[in-house]
Amino acid sequence: MAPDGHGTNGFKVVGTRPNRPDGVDKVTGRAKFGADAAAPGMLHAAIVRSPHAHAKILKIDSAKAEAMKGVKAVVTRADFAEGLTGENWNILENVMASDTALYDGHAVAAVAASTPLAARDAAKLIEVEYELLPHVTDVDKAMGSGAPVIRTGAADKSVPEGMHPNVVRYHESGHGDVEKGFAEADLVLEDSFKTEATHQGYIEPHACLAQLGPDGKGEVWCCTQGHFNVQKVCAALVGTDASQLRVTPSEIGGGFGGKTVVFIEPVALALSRKANRPVKLVMSRSEVFRATGPTASTSMDIKIGMTRDGKITAAQGVFRLQGGAFPGAPMEFTAMCAFAPYALENVHQVGYDVMSNRPKQAAYRAPGSPMAAFAVESVVDQLCNELDLDPIEVRLKNASKEGTKASFGPKFDRIGLVETLEAAKAHPHHKAPLAEGQGRGISCGFWFNHGGETAVSLALSEDGTVSLSVGTPDIGGSRASMGQMAAEELGIPYEKIRTTVADTATLGYNEISHGSRVTYASGLATIQAARDTVQKLCARAAAKWGIDEDAVVWEDGCAKPSGPNAGEFEPLPLARIARSMGRTGGPIVGHFEATPEGAGVSFATHIVDAEVDKETGQTKVVRYTVVQDAGKAIHPTYVEGQFQGGAAQGIGWALNEEYIYGEDGRLQNSLFLDYRIPVASDLPMIDTVIVEVPNPGHPYGVRGVGETSICPPLAAIANAVSNAAGVRLKELPMSPPRILAALAAQADG
Amino acid sequence: MQYHTPGSFDDAATIAAKAEGVTRFLAGGTDVLVQLRADMVTPDVLIDIKHIDGVSDIAREDGGWRIGVAVTGAEMTEHPELDKEWPGVVEAMDLIGSTQIQGRATLVGNLCNGSPAADSVPAMIAAGASVSVVGPDGSRTIKVEDVPTGPGRTSLEKGEVVSAVHLPARGDNGGDAYLRFIPRTEMDIAVVGCGVNLRLDGDRVAEARVSLGAVAPTVLLVEEAAQAVIGTTLDAAALEALSAAASAACKPINDKRGTIEFRTHVAGVLAKRAAKIAYDRAGGAK
Amino acid sequence: MTMIHVTTTVNGDEVEFLCDPRETLLDVLRDRLALTGAKEGCGTGDCGACSVTVDDRLVCSCLMLGAEAEGKSIGTIEGMADGEALHPLQEKFIEYAALQCGVCTPGVLVATEALLKKNPDPTETEVRYWLAGNLCRCTGYDKIIRAVLDTAADLRKAS
Repeated sequence: MAPDGHGTNGFKVVGTRPNRPDGVDKVTGRAKFGADAAAPGMLHAAIVRSPHAHAKILKIDSAKAEAMKGVKAVVTRADFAEGLTGENWNILENVMASDTALYDGHAVAAVAASTPLAARDAAKLIEVEYELLPHVTDVDKAMGSGAPVIRTGAADKSVPEGMHPNVVRYHESGHGDVEKGFAEADLVLEDSFKTEATHQGYIEPHACLAQLGPDGKGEVWCCTQGHFNVQKVCAALVGTDASQLRVTPSEIGGGFGGKTVVFIEPVALALSRKANRPVKLVMSRSEVFRATGPTASTSMDIKIGMTRDGKITAAQGVFRLQGGAFPGAPMEFTAMCAFAPYALENVHQVGYDVMSNRPKQAAYRAPGSPMAAFAVESVVDQLCNELDLDPIEVRLKNASKEGTKASFGPKFDRIGLVETLEAAKAHPHHKAPLAEGQGRGISCGFWFNHGGETAVSLALSEDGTVSLSVGTPDIGGSRASMGQMAAEELGIPYEKIRTTVADTATLGYNEISHGSRVTYASGLATIQAARDTVQKLCARAAAKWGIDEDAVVWEDGCAKPSGPNAGEFEPLPLARIARSMGRTGGPIVGHFEATPEGAGVSFATHIVDAEVDKETGQTKVVRYTVVQDAGKAIHPTYVEGQFQGGAAQGIGWALNEEYIYGEDGRLQNSLFLDYRIPVASDLPMIDTVIVEVPNPGHPYGVRGVGETSICPPLAAIANAVSNAAGVRLKELPMSPPRILAALAAQADG
Repeated sequence: MQYHTPGSFDDAATIAAKAEGVTRFLAGGTDVLVQLRADMVTPDVLIDIKHIDGVSDIAREDGGWRIGVAVTGAEMTEHPELDKEWPGVVEAMDLIGSTQIQGRATLVGNLCNGSPAADSVPAMIAAGASVSVVGPDGSRTIKVEDVPTGPGRTSLEKGEVVSAVHLPARGDNGGDAYLRFIPRTEMDIAVVGCGVNLRLDGDRVAEARVSLGAVAPTVLLVEEAAQAVIGTTLDAAALEALSAAASAACKPINDKRGTIEFRTHVAGVLAKRAAKIAYDRAGGAK
Repeated sequence: MTMIHVTTTVNGDEVEFLCDPRETLLDVLRDRLALTGAKEGCGTGDCGACSVTVDDRLVCSCLMLGAEAEGKSIGTIEGMADGEALHPLQEKFIEYAALQCGVCTPGVLVATEALLKKNPDPTETEVRYWLAGNLCRCTGYDKIIRAVLDTAADLRKAS
């Protein structure tokens, strides 16, 4: 599909900045999030979690809890479906442990009681007997000889013989001959890097309200990025039919990938079925950190060869990702994204998915890509420094373009990397002088973006207004951008459209809001549903005028004869057709269902200035500029918001955020006190430049923007800090103790 | 959990003396409620001391100050005179947590929580502050440095409750300062804290107290660090000696907030920086 | 279980409730008074999503017991707009997209209103430090800070 109908100009609504439809609700406290729902007769639930990193569950005794006043139900693994296989088995095993607790925080039982305090008290009375097993939480140790095995038989066929059983998936890709390439280089640098796991850090803990009756019919209200997925998974895990379970998404208080996963909804459903009452289950912050999706931690080796004039002759990377106690660490994305910004003749990448005694990793904004960029862009920066080359010029010289064979295989379609680099080069930040103690860092980043199953419906009201139903939870202002696209197509004001995220009973299956797919895929479906509606509107006008449907066109919100030959008729506005639709053929509803596959990839270039206090190792980010290709910005303010949010999360990841495990394998920092996300006083204003190189796969040229923004920051900040401190930082986060230790090691020679 | 709101410190002490199980006094609650929510400490008896007369007052006393046990950080910061005399103490209190925490947190709560990383404690110790304690057997006054005995522990006996903080008279040619190191700009617990209080005679340091937080099981009063600057004009050599003495006094641990090496090094850095501020405030820069 | 009877004022209205001594003011607001605008993001005073005012002093309602509300005057996000007229901060937050997911927004707004009452002309740095206890994971704070500074400027012009 090529951009059609409109060029990049000529839009009336797209590209403007209207207020979001959920704005008033959200500034008045009225918006209902996951924990804000209540039901008559509702019980409250609490989960019992393993305090051990790895332990056999010998016995669960809930007698004391069940004897407590107000306690209505206790569930363990025995209360869930049996005989599951594949991914459903993995999900259930994570939702409720069977015979082994695999990480600190792994759920082993749950209780429902009349009040939240009673539920918490009852949970403390459930006695679990464990037999401790040896544990491992570090990626390199987990794949080393002698490491305790998390689960035998978890590896798939991709894993080469002789690897530790904790290595469960293997990836290899590339092209050309890297050894030949390295031989052609004037300088070859090789280095190793590590990154710790970070959490998505959404402010709203997971929460749900669930009801499941003895008839197998149920309702779930929850904060999720994908309620159709919740429906599918819950039905399987509690053993009911998907269609009997209606899932309604609440407002979602941040997800960033972490709410693509099902954790508590099946537990609430199982408790509800047992008590035959609605059950509310809300995680504490500590539970969120201990038991929900951090990123993978990584260990990476990078080797790059460059000629004296800045041409990269070969690149190679090994990426080991620890993804917790289950398969699924996104090592193939890490490997495939690593060298994507570079047009390379010789490139080779290897990935390992490694299990350990940590919570199952979950997607976090471009899963796997930011770590790769950190390692690769650090080495490129080192090469630029050693060869005295400008980092933007080197990236321009080697930049992937339309037609380049990507490091991960296919040829790039139209892409905007060069445009972001040129815009960065032209930005005043690039040439601004640095103060004493400051360093500048530059990095590029890449993300694929995604399409996915999508269904949208658009219904007219008799007063000429429009109800737009989408199936992708709004995680970044998408109700506004969907409304804008529908308004653009229908030729009516944005205010005449109300966009709703519909429940699972209302629309066909919609994939999760992930992969930066919503503005692309639901946007495309909205445009097509609007066009379907327009076709129906034109048919009504044609019937009224007694002419062919082909002889009617839709312009400025009105049906019009296509030309003088079609006849002389007054234009018929949408509201006029809608008013009489009951008499002219019935309700007018447009819809669209598809799995669009033209999500355009996206590149970004970030520039950052950092100041390092060499006496304390403290870093201050003093200036930040994001340049990213959005294809076409539907709502530029919200696009800027995605750029800024991704940069801020990247700053946290780079400097202070990390999962800290003790020798005992327990998580040491399960509160926001010591899991240090950036606060307002940590950050500067974040400047943004929206580059628009249209995506050929979307009618308006949209590319997803949510994820690419977190790909460059780790590397850009590492380069800035390394340049400011005068020593290369190879491990994230670059916390003050790590920076001081690096400076001390350098001083010791 | 029982919740009491006594109207006098004697009543509070009596309730505490008779209490069975875990007893906590509730002032600002910014530690007690965190421990309750995190299931770390669920008191059996909670004694809210904010209903006692005078607990929210900041009053003149013997040329110094008497600060009530329910006076919040925000009230200390807003006081028109306190921070002119004891800016280090006020800043130390102000560094604790967010604006919201400042609306509730108190000096005494920070002290009695017994954390070696408590920000206000090194500042109070450097200032020479003391606290009044009411117990079943009457009242006593103890120096702040004698209150903490280890992480989460104090020298207060069962039934004893702190009834006020006393800051001495500032006097002439004096100045104090407190600095801490945290990885972010706000919201963290001190990785290292340092309070310095100086009195000058001309441009020479006549009296000094140097206190370090988060580098040992309790907040330290470091006599060697004070000796390193007494008699000097806080020249480069004195600052180096101060830094070395501060680092030498550290007996820290490796934990999620910092390493032994980091804390030891940064203690010396902060001692120098805080001493310079205190020296300037004492008039040494003029 | 011994419940405590509490009489207090919320957004100008007198209210009474019974609560367990362990219940926080946030628990009471949300579960007993159905005022769910204040959110529990952490329960430990680290995120500020539960910010309210107590006798005009900004606090985290998760760090105060419900029982402590006796005789106090509580202000929550639900009391910020005047009837159907939004507070200028609320208007500006929508206009500037100073919110994305919106879960931190009630706390940020309550905190910001308290700031502007105390300091009608704050610098960018003062706003950033005042709001350091209000975690936002979506916006990077940029648009929040701009909305606060511009609302403050508007209010100064209007007064």
